[in-house]
Amino acid sequence: MSTKSNGADKTERLLNLVICLLYTRKPLSKAKIRDAVPQYGTSVSDEAFDRMFERDKDELRELGIPLVTEPFDAFFDDEPGYRIDRREYALPEISFASDELAVLGLASRAWTQATLAGPAAQALRKLEAAGVERDDSSLIGIVPMVRTVEPAFEAAKDAVLHHTPVAFTYRTAGTGAVATRHVQPWAIASWHGHWYLTGFDTGRNAPRVFRLGRIEGEVAIEGKPGSYEVPQDHQPTAMISNVAVDRDPRPAALQVRVGAGHSLRRQAHTVQEVDDTWSLIAVDYTDTEAFGAEICSFGPDVVVESPAELRESVIGRLTGALGPEAARLGQVTPGMPTDEANG
Amino acid sequence: MSAKRQSGQLGQGGQPSESATTRLSRLLTMVPWLLNRQGVEIDEAAREFAVTPAQVEADLALLFLCGTPGGYPGDLIEAEWESGRVFLGNADTINRPLRLGVDEALALIVGLRALAAVPGIGERDAVVRALAKLEEATGSASARTARIQVLMDEGTSAETIALANEALVARRRIHLRYLVPGRDESTERDVDPMRLINFDAHWYLEGWCHRAEDVRLFRLDRIETLVILDEDGTPPATAEPRDLDSGLFTPHADDQLVRLVLGPEAVWVSDYYPVESIERTPDGGAVIDLRTADTAWLRRLMWRLGSAAAVLQPAELAREVHLGARAALEAYAAQTGSVESTQVSG
Repeated sequence: MSTKSNGADKTERLLNLVICLLYTRKPLSKAKIRDAVPQYGTSVSDEAFDRMFERDKDELRELGIPLVTEPFDAFFDDEPGYRIDRREYALPEISFASDELAVLGLASRAWTQATLAGPAAQALRKLEAAGVERDDSSLIGIVPMVRTVEPAFEAAKDAVLHHTPVAFTYRTAGTGAVATRHVQPWAIASWHGHWYLTGFDTGRNAPRVFRLGRIEGEVAIEGKPGSYEVPQDHQPTAMISNVAVDRDPRPAALQVRVGAGHSLRRQAHTVQEVDDTWSLIAVDYTDTEAFGAEICSFGPDVVVESPAELRESVIGRLTGALGPEAARLGQVTPGMPTDEANG
Repeated sequence: MSAKRQSGQLGQGGQPSESATTRLSRLLTMVPWLLNRQGVEIDEAAREFAVTPAQVEADLALLFLCGTPGGYPGDLIEAEWESGRVFLGNADTINRPLRLGVDEALALIVGLRALAAVPGIGERDAVVRALAKLEEATGSASARTARIQVLMDEGTSAETIALANEALVARRRIHLRYLVPGRDESTERDVDPMRLINFDAHWYLEGWCHRAEDVRLFRLDRIETLVILDEDGTPPATAEPRDLDSGLFTPHADDQLVRLVLGPEAVWVSDYYPVESIERTPDGGAVIDLRTADTAWLRRLMWRLGSAAAVLQPAELAREVHLGARAALEAYAAQTGSVESTQVSG
């Protein structure tokens, strides 16, 4: 017998088992199940049947099929019986209007390039099994895409869903330091196109934010599901965005070459034409390093007038950009948000 | 009924790598789907379930062998598909789909919540209604999904999204004033909208650009003004939408190869831009290769990174970065009257 037909046999056996356990009103004993599902008849010994049945039960439960174990006889409760509760099994009757199915379709297709593509498509089919056709006309051409390119996504998502402590190797932004982190995951969120994990870092005894893309290798399970509580008021995206520190806006004066610095001009309070070559703009900023980096990206087209702190940041960065000879002269950090709360 | 029911002979599909449980899961969804669409074509079922028509036939052949205990013909599922259309019967025990699993509920609910938060998109009302029904139907599974969030966008004005959406649905041409930050240019162009794409937390309008005479992507938060014109906006038949499977920006093989060395503080660059290869250095930094047709944005990136990064090749780009930084520093030297920038050799 080829492996292929073994696979088909197994599907057949599992399907017959599901039908049989849904069909029965009373819990069935293992012996009854062995009689009722023809594919079990072929197993040679009782032990082989027992092993096969145990595995089958686990696999059905993993699919989310509510297979319950109950005493099948009130007088002889030493042997359990099995059945599937039909009300627990079936998707509740929900009727979606055609425009509701259209947006559900959009939500499902958003995961096309993610590890959840399969479940997303399967979920939509289940909802559409009732036979309502969706009306996509007002959503033509809208293509939301959620990607999960980070290899740690699946493990992190499952840890969040089941409150399972984990450990992983993490590369810290900025320093590039690599260390093992022990974390109670709280949430994951896609923010600015990247997935982040929030949680309590038990090694550092503080809440932390981790970017999934900086996890190296496997995410190892380090405890039982449900072994910690997530703070009731936890707001993942708020915690992630707070990593970029908010300060009060400060005023800056910049000289901007005419015909250049478009994105700075858009943020400006006032734009004053100095001569044919230069404008003087007034603009507010919060983070000196981040704003300094933005100004540097305009090269010779933007010059900082004030404040001095911003001027120095820009001069330091540009000096660094002169080349390798000058590379270690100034200490500058690129203006990207760091991914670890509180340092 | 025509085929002789014989276990183990039928039901071998064209997807040998598929596990028995994956197949079972499909069958349990396929049965109610087919029961509600008697006479549906095999090809349509195959499309819906993302399998080959041969696989659908193999699945039907397998269903045909299963049924309630007893093993008499009356106990088995009835399936008929020889005409190319599928008729299914006697499958009452599994005539309802299995309730949504956690991942299934999660995908739809998280997706809908993300869409609900997008301002200016049509059908917001339908999103809210669908979400409410789904949350009720999935119960505890939906509660767990609250800790998984997707923010599709921040910073795009509701007005721009609404206008782009309106032009797309009405098939009208638009006029854009658009900022190209990589080149620090503000440009004017007419565009026939094709799609509105959300990718890595930005909304893009894909359309036929009459200035470039090609398909272009415009990030909505860089659109300075958008005016819907009183003109038909059907793109030319030759306008091919981008294949999004390999990312939004696919470099050409003949683009210039650029090699950068990144210090630890600049390694984030390899996460933000499509790199061809990455090699970590012992100090926590990296050496990356990427391909690009236009190096203007790279010059700007290198100025921004300061001493945290350097161009290894091409030499021409390294020189441009150096000269640009020197020119920028000269403005400060002139202002303060110092000659500090001259101490660095060119």
